[in-house]
Amino acid sequence: MKVTVDEDKCCGAGQCVLLAPEVFDQRDDDGIVVLLDAEPREPLQASVREAADVCPAAAIRLSTP
Amino acid sequence: MTETLSSDEPQAGIPEYPMRRAQGCPFDPPPTLRDEQEKGPLTKVRLWDGSRPWLVTRYAEQRALLADPRVSADITRPGYPSQSSSRSNSIGFILMDDPEHARLRRMVTAPFTIKRTEALRPRVQQIVDDLIDDMLAGPNPVDLVESFALPVPSLVICDLLGVPYADHDFFQDNSKTIINRDSTDEQRAGALGRLAEYLDRLVGEKLDRPSEDLLSQLAARVGAGELPRGEAARIGVLLLIAGHETTANMIALGTLALLQHPEQLTALRETQDPKLVAGAVEELLRYLHITHSGRRRVALEDIEIAGQVIRAGDGLILPNDIGNRDPRAFSDPDRLDIHRDARHHVAFGFGVHQCLGQPLARMELQVVYSTLYRRMPTLRLAGALEDIPFKHDGSVYGVYELPVAW
Repeated sequence: MKVTVDEDKCCGAGQCVLLAPEVFDQRDDDGIVVLLDAEPREPLQASVREAADVCPAAAIRLSTP
Repeated sequence: MTETLSSDEPQAGIPEYPMRRAQGCPFDPPPTLRDEQEKGPLTKVRLWDGSRPWLVTRYAEQRALLADPRVSADITRPGYPSQSSSRSNSIGFILMDDPEHARLRRMVTAPFTIKRTEALRPRVQQIVDDLIDDMLAGPNPVDLVESFALPVPSLVICDLLGVPYADHDFFQDNSKTIINRDSTDEQRAGALGRLAEYLDRLVGEKLDRPSEDLLSQLAARVGAGELPRGEAARIGVLLLIAGHETTANMIALGTLALLQHPEQLTALRETQDPKLVAGAVEELLRYLHITHSGRRRVALEDIEIAGQVIRAGDGLILPNDIGNRDPRAFSDPDRLDIHRDARHHVAFGFGVHQCLGQPLARMELQVVYSTLYRRMPTLRLAGALEDIPFKHDGSVYGVYELPVAW
């Protein structure tokens, strides 16, 4: 699984950090997403998929490398 | 012969919006919304001014449209399905589009990150414990709204913004007028004006004597020429209202719903598992969905969805309360079940306008729901459900009073 994030789209709602804190974080000054792990392994993938699904701004893209 | 009507705009049987809840079903969305949802994902409603925007009632279509950049939240655009004749944007960036919306929103996101919110948890726990101590030491029965549900989020947002809590009567009264659907445009404008003036004065004070709060950060941007002072005050008004009205109603209405579902209340009271508490918060957010006035938008381009074409300039109403009760997204949706996975609900909306304060709201509700019923295990309604005054007239749903005893 390969994860990319779009900082311009991100609205800082924080749902991804809540669901997968090992993979996503937020910038301190404006809450915008920071990708910690672009190729998360199991067992993190289910929560990363959920994070991508609930991201309100569609700022998380998943692909298979 | 009558004139032929275009097939996608039937004249007869177009319900009025907003709709009323059924008598005796205070936790359920209006039955007409369910009827419309069964008819199809997109139907039409009639508003106070005779306009007929689209009504989007199903979860999938609501999410798709709220996240669609061809859909605008700008209240000043023609076709926007306004709640009243006032079409000016006096409430700030929630009624603006990107990139201006994103620019302003990002200025105030820092205190609402997951990390910063978690750091506030001990302080919120202290506030909740102190208020419960006061209730236990005071008269019984008591109005839970006044003694607990409203003070918890008011104290928290005052700390965060840098607003003196001592002024709570003033800002709570004015915010009540603003979110009351029955307020006249004049009354609402007056209340907004008073709050804007108040926040403007506070921003001025923070310019001279900054401290560690959000208004001081906005004041610094005003000082640096990045933000007009009036806009800083408007943002302050927005966050002050949004910061206490919503959570306060979730605390009181959530407690009432749990009292009506004793087996759920017992499970919540007896658990030591923070995951179950967090799940209960998500389920109560889904089930109660207090922001019941429908998200409002206008299409910027033609949009094809669910076999229909929404034309550029068409208004859209997306009531997330019925989206959260869509059986296509939640099984047995009208059942309150704190054990279900409800995390994909749309109680905070969807798209780039999704609630900025959701991490704070979640944390506050987790602290409240995991503390109140444990510390007051015999908590019960003091009176009959029929006598509870519900906020049918508010753009945020809830109860005006909740008499409880223990």
